[in-house]
Amino acid sequence: MKVVLKHLTKKFPSRNKKSHEEVVAVRDFDFEIPDGELIGLLGPSGCGKSTTLNLISGLQKPTEGRILFGDEDVTDLPPEKRGVGLVFQNYALYPHLTVLQNILFPLENLRGAERMSKDEMKKKAYEIARLVQIDSLMDRHPNEMSGGQQQRVAIARALVKRPRVLLLDEPLSNLDARLRLQTREEIRRIQRETGITTVFVTHDQDEAMSISDRIVVMKDGVLQQIGRPQEVYDDPANLFVAKFLGTPPISVFSGRVQDGVLCVGRDAVLRVRGVGDREVVVGVRPEGYVLREGGPLCCRLVRVEVMGRDISVVSAHDAAQSETIRSIISAENIASVHGAEVGFGLKPAKTYLFDPETGERILFEAL
Amino acid sequence: MEKNNNKAWLYLLPALVFLAVFMVYPLIDVCIYSIEEGYNSASQTFFGVGAYNYSYILHDPYFLQALKNTLILVAVTVPLSTGIALLISVGLSSIDRLRNLYQTVYFLPYVTNTLAVGLVFMILFKKTPYSDGLVNLCISFFGGEAVDFIDGPYWAKMFVLCFYTIWIVMPFKILILTSALASVNPDYYSAARVDGTPRWRIFTRITLPMISPMIFYLVITGFIGAFKAYSDAVALFGTNLNAAEMNTIVGYIYDMLYGDSGGFPSYASAAAIVLFAIVLTVTCINLLVSRRHVHY
Amino acid sequence: MNTDGKDRRPGETARRAVTYLLLTLWALMVLFPFYWMLLTSLKSYSAYNGEYVPRFYTLSPTLQNYAEAFTAVPLGRYFLNTLFFTLATTALMLAVAIPAAFAFSRLEFRGKNLLFTLILSLMMIPNELVVITNFTTITNLDLRNSFPGLILPSVMSVFYVYLLKENFAQIPDELYYAAKVDGTSDFKYLCRVMIPICRPTIVTVTVLKVIECWNSYVWPRLITDDAAYFLVSNGIQEIRENGFGRENIPAMMAAVVVISVPLIVLFLVFRHKIMEGVARGGTKG
Repeated sequence: MKVVLKHLTKKFPSRNKKSHEEVVAVRDFDFEIPDGELIGLLGPSGCGKSTTLNLISGLQKPTEGRILFGDEDVTDLPPEKRGVGLVFQNYALYPHLTVLQNILFPLENLRGAERMSKDEMKKKAYEIARLVQIDSLMDRHPNEMSGGQQQRVAIARALVKRPRVLLLDEPLSNLDARLRLQTREEIRRIQRETGITTVFVTHDQDEAMSISDRIVVMKDGVLQQIGRPQEVYDDPANLFVAKFLGTPPISVFSGRVQDGVLCVGRDAVLRVRGVGDREVVVGVRPEGYVLREGGPLCCRLVRVEVMGRDISVVSAHDAAQSETIRSIISAENIASVHGAEVGFGLKPAKTYLFDPETGERILFEAL
Repeated sequence: MEKNNNKAWLYLLPALVFLAVFMVYPLIDVCIYSIEEGYNSASQTFFGVGAYNYSYILHDPYFLQALKNTLILVAVTVPLSTGIALLISVGLSSIDRLRNLYQTVYFLPYVTNTLAVGLVFMILFKKTPYSDGLVNLCISFFGGEAVDFIDGPYWAKMFVLCFYTIWIVMPFKILILTSALASVNPDYYSAARVDGTPRWRIFTRITLPMISPMIFYLVITGFIGAFKAYSDAVALFGTNLNAAEMNTIVGYIYDMLYGDSGGFPSYASAAAIVLFAIVLTVTCINLLVSRRHVHY
Repeated sequence: MNTDGKDRRPGETARRAVTYLLLTLWALMVLFPFYWMLLTSLKSYSAYNGEYVPRFYTLSPTLQNYAEAFTAVPLGRYFLNTLFFTLATTALMLAVAIPAAFAFSRLEFRGKNLLFTLILSLMMIPNELVVITNFTTITNLDLRNSFPGLILPSVMSVFYVYLLKENFAQIPDELYYAAKVDGTSDFKYLCRVMIPICRPTIVTVTVLKVIECWNSYVWPRLITDDAAYFLVSNGIQEIRENGFGRENIPAMMAAVVVISVPLIVLFLVFRHKIMEGVARGGTKG
């Protein structure tokens, strides 16, 4: 089932008694989720991603805009009629019911033609439980299980009624680090096997990038960029997206283009074409640095951190917008990094230019 | 920290002294009283030890009347007051405007003197030579017959007593249930909505189980409180409850102790022990029932 | 997750209307006796008795009843007695329960848990049981019709110690250790740290005790037969039966209004604290 959001806007009346401004949680959202894909809604807290999820599920009504499941306009349908499955951040499993009863709960609400006999319901419940691998825990109560197990029960409960869309709110944030890796693979696997269009919300770009078919980056209620993870990483639409994705984070400098030459501080680092003379913000990915004795980019060496396969060279530059910048270099070159200074060359493909006011990306050709 | 050892007792001492003198000692004393036979308070002597006191009160028509009244009161007021309180609390939780106002109003009976307000109820329900009283007026207005609820037939008096008792205990129950309802995680309701659960089912399968510990607490304390009814009856009918046939077990105990027929601490003690035993039994039954139905 | 508070499902407005109707109904049932109390107290004696059909209003309100309430019977005396009784008992209770709660929550000593469990089990004992012996004790000590006789048995209540202890126990250990390292004595810690931090609960406990004392009936009734020592509740009872209560209903109501007002005022001022405290601890409902 594809999901289409058209000009979706959600405004909340302001709680601030002084300014009567509204809070715009979601502003003019417009995108389409193809059927059967796993989409990650990514952004810092307060960017409106949870609100978007609530709008899709029907727990909140949009101020403007429409939501379509397939060809059906569901904007005015209440959540109980939309056929969505929702997995809450803290699972919301009914503590007084067993796992089996929790999973059966949505099935018991079906009426009319869809209503099944008790045996059929049980069969379905076990089917789903096997899919998420909790079929051995059916008689337990939620408080007798670990966080990871509870989450799988929550997923089973959401899936058992064959929803048109599956929604997950920060599914991994309550799990410890070790479990997170495991569980995100589980989510990917389950999504593949059921083929249900799935949207999940997270603030962790690692998570989003690793399992999503597509990621949607949001900030302050505005859609920043949507695309495949590698595309969004390699081709950020603006400075915010470039800074949000990638660990270690992208290095940011103030610079300018003058007569076809990109200068960072006093260092002329690249020859460029297609950009007029102007001030720019320069972003360089950590893997975009090449060790080069003497330049073009001359930095003060702060320290070297050993990472095993690579080393992380932490240095400083006057034109950098933060105290230090990080570059990832292959560990074979460790010997050549010493002293007070370190020189880099920049890979053009990993160098990005942005407008200093708007943060929008400025495209250029490197020579 | 060993040092604390002795100092702690110093902090506890006043409390322990009060408790020992006014709670522990009486407890033991009462048990002894109840099995001393033929106790004479003037000379402070007694004949022997046995169950005479118990058999006396169990044959005393006043005690049996009091027992009957108390049992009816308990059976009527506890389920009714808990049920109505639940309805009101659910209603309160579903509105947001004026909620505070309603809660403040509902809590008023808790802070007022039961005797004082009981008098008002008495006036409203009583039929005097001067006037039929407001309640009777309403009854006549709807085509019924005026009844003296205070000096009249037994069922009328029982009705007023139950009504007044419910009126008095409601604030506490409403308060407890409203805070219990407020403490249920709203995510459960969201999850149930997404699962397409109809309203009624949400209430029975989710809300009620989630607040069942509190309901249970109210039922137990409700029973215990109802068995100890006394001042409510006095407020309505005056101190001579036996004449009004409206005595309660506790009233009987006090009569035996003090009133005109008083000076019989042994009978009073026996009655008190009987009361304690009834309350204990009912509480145990409640605890057993709770195992199946209460979810923590 | 936040969800929209307002629901636009069909039938919702009807449901709301019914809810408000029922809630208002009960609110009226609660308020009506108070209204009637006040109204009657303002009707003159003849007007009241002249009404075959009770009126919901009065054309000639009078304060005569209030004057009578205070002069015909020693209502003022009852008032003062109750005031004194309440203040003394509450003060004593605090002085006794706070250190005990402190000992249970903060200090270590042998047999602490056992003792606390025993004390908790005392909560199960109905008041009626202990009253019998206390009556004899007080009589033997010749303290009937006296303030010590009224106050002493009413001071201690396990419930308040329990409530205070729970609250004290919530203060993190680290504060205590830090104070110790700074050389603070236990008593000073209690007074300078614990009491200020736990002030809300102490206020709640105080107010609850005040309400309990003000409305106390059984014990004063039992041990006082000298009108000079009556409290408001058994005073009211006395007026009702032997005083003008039989005939002069409006004056009776005036007396009732007078004794109800202090608590109602107290409640309106402290209502949040009271309601929080009661909800949190439950009480001898």
